[in-house]
Amino acid sequence: MSKIVRTITNLLTPFILMFGLYVIMHGHITPGGGFQGGAVFASGIALLIVAFNSAKVQEKLKERHLSVIESSGALMFIGLAFAGLGITFFYNFMVGSSIFGQIPPEGSNPGYMWTAGVIPLMNIAVGLKVIAGLSAIVLVMALASSNIRIDE
Amino acid sequence: MQSLVIHSPILAIAVPLLAAFLIPLISKFNSKVRNIVVIAALAFTEFLVLILARDIYATGLHIYTLGASASTLAIPENFMVPVRIILEVDAMSVFMGIISVTVSLAAAIYSISFMKQETGGSKFYTLLLLLTVGMVGMEFTGDLFNMFVFLEILSISGAALAAFRTRFADASEGGFKYIVISAVGALLILFAIGIFYGQYNLLNIAAIAKVMQYTSLDKIALVILIVAFGMKLASVPMHMWAPDTYSVAPAGTSPMIYVASQACLYALFRICFTLFGVTMDTGTIGWIIIMLGVLSMFVGVTVAVQQTDIKRLMAYHAISQSGYMLLGIGVGLAVLADPVALASYGKAAISGGIFHIINNALYKGLLFLTAEALFFSLGTRDLNRMGGMARNMKYTTIFYIIGALAISGIPPFNGFTSKLMIYESVYQFSPLLAIIAMLVSILTLASFTKAFQSAFTGPALPQYGHVTEVPRPMLFGMGILAVLIIFFSLFPSIVVNTIVTPATDALINQAGYISAVMGGL
Amino acid sequence: MTEGIFNIPFIAIAALIGISLYIMVVKRNLIKIVMGLAILEAGVNFFIVSLGYRSGGAVPIYTNVPQKLMVLPVPQALTLTSIVIGVSITALMLSMIVLIYRHTGSIDAEKSRKLKG
Repeated sequence: MSKIVRTITNLLTPFILMFGLYVIMHGHITPGGGFQGGAVFASGIALLIVAFNSAKVQEKLKERHLSVIESSGALMFIGLAFAGLGITFFYNFMVGSSIFGQIPPEGSNPGYMWTAGVIPLMNIAVGLKVIAGLSAIVLVMALASSNIRIDE
Repeated sequence: MQSLVIHSPILAIAVPLLAAFLIPLISKFNSKVRNIVVIAALAFTEFLVLILARDIYATGLHIYTLGASASTLAIPENFMVPVRIILEVDAMSVFMGIISVTVSLAAAIYSISFMKQETGGSKFYTLLLLLTVGMVGMEFTGDLFNMFVFLEILSISGAALAAFRTRFADASEGGFKYIVISAVGALLILFAIGIFYGQYNLLNIAAIAKVMQYTSLDKIALVILIVAFGMKLASVPMHMWAPDTYSVAPAGTSPMIYVASQACLYALFRICFTLFGVTMDTGTIGWIIIMLGVLSMFVGVTVAVQQTDIKRLMAYHAISQSGYMLLGIGVGLAVLADPVALASYGKAAISGGIFHIINNALYKGLLFLTAEALFFSLGTRDLNRMGGMARNMKYTTIFYIIGALAISGIPPFNGFTSKLMIYESVYQFSPLLAIIAMLVSILTLASFTKAFQSAFTGPALPQYGHVTEVPRPMLFGMGILAVLIIFFSLFPSIVVNTIVTPATDALINQAGYISAVMGGL
Repeated sequence: MTEGIFNIPFIAIAALIGISLYIMVVKRNLIKIVMGLAILEAGVNFFIVSLGYRSGGAVPIYTNVPQKLMVLPVPQALTLTSIVIGVSITALMLSMIVLIYRHTGSIDAEKSRKLKG
């Protein structure tokens, strides 16, 4: 792509990625959450692939590293679900404890972030999985369409 | 041990899911450990389903509320309707669960030797475990939207498995047809779920069944659900994807995709018997399902007789055998409102249909595995080019004979028992249907005899002189299913009294299902 | 939103589903079939979201919400799940089309068929 596109991409990409992470982290107070923030992040990666060559992106972002991130996000999600198995599966055992455990007052309030127990952690886990998964899909399809060898 | 039984509905779904997420990490280190993890996870799931089954036959149905402070607390205080996702396991659900996990275990053992010559093994086992999760989840859940989500998990994993061998040109085509049909069917199911949610503001099956009035919007939703589930289980005239997909699926996964379509059959009957029950016009809907069954039986077997590709032949017979189940249970549905007819032949028809589900999963699975064993050894699926394999592949020939005699309904095999139950009860309902069913059975025997003669008997062909028996894990996987067929053939009354009759009673008993969740409110 | 029979969201949903079914039945280009499926998904998601409308309701989020009755958050959760499933199905179908094109050299549904009978 031309020099203008590459320069603007260099300026904009950190903001897009930061906005994606913001949407993931504030999923329990504002609209958003794991999948939405992960999709924004992956569209930032797609912008990088379009502006620079997909072979150049592959030098920095390998598909096998993305696979490890994806699996660890999924394991974190299901590990948190298993951790409440003393009472039931998916029980929110962190409400009232010290990590993310504050109980907010009722009614309209300016959102408190350190609340809601297991849910922000599950948002982070799903966000990691979606970031890695959607980026891998976009990267591999870009490489396959231009017949470049994918590093195994 | 008792707490393991209480948590076993969700553990039977969560343990394969955990194993599916562990496999990509483990296979980077060692692939033998990966095989052991897959087999161990499926064996543990089988153990959980069996102890859950024993407890259900002793005490009654189990419910499990995800995320509540006690697992049986379906409706929280000060509420009138359930708000969480509830898994509700009765005798019919656990019957289908036993079938799904057993076939998955046999398929995983069968695929070990097959995957040694393919790349991408970690992705194959991940998809196989996700397919198991989808099947068991669909059978154990008591919530309509949860059923939709597990149906989509099942379709996506099945389509990715069908298109797995990317070096063949037709594998991608078979997978593409499967995913398009599955996606359209699932979106129509979501539309019908939306219709239910818009009217009653509820998503739980028991809660909707309690307040169901049979309005015209509900009739539209029922028709959409019957058509969409018919697309998923390959009943004629929505069957065009089935021969292509079953013939290109790799080893061991054809039986699994087939059992996945039987899970959709279970979902159809759960909706007809429990969600609607006697509030709908069971005579008309029963006749619709009977007509789908008769069309599937007849069209399936008449096209199968002229096939030359062995796996397409097996696929058309799979379509035809699904017709038997639709016929048997459809007759039971048609007389559901009439207590005299239900007691005299309706329950026997439903029992015959349900017994046919498990028999069919066993012998159809065995036949698919033998066809794949022939492809593995010879490298071709065309019957015109095979011949004289009985000399080289003795065990495969024996397994094929057991499977072919069982599917044609020859006594003393288990196919004869379930077909006899269907014939006797359907004859009292309408004699013409029973005669069509017997005719289809004769044509099935003819088709399998022709295939046997082409592939196994005849003079020894010189280009296949070096072919030996298939490797031992494949024989072991086929052997599990063959031993189960022989056990079911020798002791049919034990199987019917222990497993099938409680399932029939649970399917008809709508009031028991509702009161377990709503608690007599 | 509902003046007599002119319930605009439901008319739009009917039009979307009708157009998508027409595309999937008539068109032969595989990419167009995928696009038809995406339109069907959009129509059904729109239907689920529009069921949650209550006139005079507030957003079901507690952060600085005005003092009115809140709408149920269930339809939005159902729609989000359905969108995620739709993304993965579209990715799977496009990968299969890339493989079909590599093997047979065309993406016309008639010319790239090998399995018949």
